[in-house]
Amino acid sequence: MNSNGEEGKVESQMTAKKKSTEKALSRKIEVAERRLPSASEAVGEPVFGLEGVGVSYGGKVAVRDVSMTIGAKEITALIGPSGCGKSTLLRCLNRMNDLVPSAEVFGKCLYHGTDLYGPEVDPVEVRKLIGMVFQKPNPFPKSIYDNIAFGPKVLGLPDVEERVERALRSAALWDEVKDRLDDNAYGMSGGQQQRLCIARCIAVDPDVILMDEPCSALDPISSGKIEDLMLELKEDFSIVIVTHNMQQAARVSDKTAFLIVELDSTEENRWGQLVEYDETEKIFTNPADSRTEDYVTGKVG
Amino acid sequence: MFSEMPERTRLATAGAQATVASNLQRQRGSEQLKGNIFFALLLLAVAFALIGLIALIVQSAIKGAPAFGLNLITEGPSTINPEDAGFRPAIIGSIYLILGVILLVVPIGVGSAIYLEEYADGTKWWNRLIELNVQNLAGVPSIIYGILGLAFIVRGPLDLGFILAAGSLTLALLVLPTVILASREAIRAVPPSIRDGSLALGATQWQTIRRQVLPASIPGMATGVILAVSRALGEAAPLLLVGAAQFVTFNPQPFSADGYSAMPVLIYNYALRPQDEFRVLAAAGVVIMLIVLLLLNSFAVWLRNRYEQQW
Ligand SMILES: Nc1ncnc2c1ncn2[C@@H]1O[C@H](COP(=O)(O)OP(=O)(O)O)[C@@H](O)[C@H]1O
Ligand SMILES: [Mg+2]
Repeated sequence: MNSNGEEGKVESQMTAKKKSTEKALSRKIEVAERRLPSASEAVGEPVFGLEGVGVSYGGKVAVRDVSMTIGAKEITALIGPSGCGKSTLLRCLNRMNDLVPSAEVFGKCLYHGTDLYGPEVDPVEVRKLIGMVFQKPNPFPKSIYDNIAFGPKVLGLPDVEERVERALRSAALWDEVKDRLDDNAYGMSGGQQQRLCIARCIAVDPDVILMDEPCSALDPISSGKIEDLMLELKEDFSIVIVTHNMQQAARVSDKTAFLIVELDSTEENRWGQLVEYDETEKIFTNPADSRTEDYVTGKVG
Repeated sequence: MFSEMPERTRLATAGAQATVASNLQRQRGSEQLKGNIFFALLLLAVAFALIGLIALIVQSAIKGAPAFGLNLITEGPSTINPEDAGFRPAIIGSIYLILGVILLVVPIGVGSAIYLEEYADGTKWWNRLIELNVQNLAGVPSIIYGILGLAFIVRGPLDLGFILAAGSLTLALLVLPTVILASREAIRAVPPSIRDGSLALGATQWQTIRRQVLPASIPGMATGVILAVSRALGEAAPLLLVGAAQFVTFNPQPFSADGYSAMPVLIYNYALRPQDEFRVLAAAGVVIMLIVLLLLNSFAVWLRNRYEQQW
């Protein structure tokens, strides 16, 4: 506890871990070697460390100066008014912003200690470890089975059939679709489609799942099912969710970050900024910042 | 005060109701007349096109009726007994030409479309130049392609000679812009959310294109290719320039310099001859071409409707 040897050991474990993450992100690792960086991690240990992260689109700042630590096997919610950069921030975490040619990312976005935007890092490898579920369900125009099997197939993962079943079971979808795996996914209801997208994401064994308002296109019952699902999934995955639904954030998340739209004195430039980041309970019952309080109590919207 | 309120409210409600009712009433007078006239004009335009097509078919069918028979496709041209003459070498020539066009146009057209849609950075001037040129090339008259084929393919750099393959290459150049435009359209119809979904799983850009975008856009591309092929099938002018002989009595070979012919070229030849038998043959040939083209186009339309995605 107080010996230097112990501290040294922890230190060297940390560096070993960082090394293996670096390796995973920079080149194709053998399938057998494919290990999830936080598989063995305790709840709350840092997965992401953001240090002064900002994003601009074509020179216009969309969100700036976000610093926060996102923990393993927890659900972290990003809330705030529309346009405050929640989606933008989320898309930094798996380099989806690379797909927007005008987007530029500033600051440090550490993932298990490795800068995601470092020169060695391959964005494709990043997305293999950090999956994403989108606002509108976006199944592929294929059969239910092929939707799930696509990821494992392109990643060259073994036991595709088993993976499909396991992923569908984890997404609480197996019993509903096991008899119609060959049907087109477009025949499913919106809620089922979104759970299919979650299953698709799980099927490649990611480390983190990012969700961008996954329930905003769904009815309350389907949303409830997805919330239940998230609570189950956090046993195995770290989850970051963007939501405009504050009750949802309060119900499912462990930590909540509140962002706002800030205007400069001329009111010409607007950008998103992190106001407060804390335990969800604290944010909703006893926030430190009055702007957070106004927002969560519904005084401003 | 209190007694006034309901009265005011009642009045306001009645006013609002009246406005809504009047807004919902059928528009009268000149607006409606204009609408009707416009509709009639549109109907007239459609009728004009349809009547033209039907007249063409009926007239050719009546005129070509005496020549209908198997010998139309089994026999070659003959000046000695025109009653028995047919289109066999020209039909075979056209089939070879079209196979060549498909072979050339599908990989090049689809490849260009993929480049322009998925890889090209639209802010770079050379990519914009390519885009602009592809669009302009689609409108260039076919005779220009004939001259180009003669100068660059038959003679000039490629120096292939007057062979069927040179004809294929010329026709392929002619319809390539159409295929590229149709394929781009088909690729663009695949929503970005599909690409995002695939990339977010850790698929590479090429895997995403190869396994998501292309399969979803194949019906649209096929439609474009069929329409392009039916255009190539009907072209006579460029073929005349690159050596499609008008009167070939033997079956053509793709790379032989002995000469080749094609349907529209032989129809043109028959139609110019003074003897009535040949005019009848020309009309019968037109009927064959019309049937093939209508079938091809119907197939394209069916394909598009059958596989149209509801995103
Ligand atoms: N692809 C883009 N190109 C340019 N500007 C964008 C793009 N995406 C988002 N923005 C801008 O960034 C800001 C934040 O957007 P977003 O992250 O979508 O906010 P939120 O998800 O919180 O509603 C907005 O001002 C928006 O206009
Ligand atoms: Mg958003």
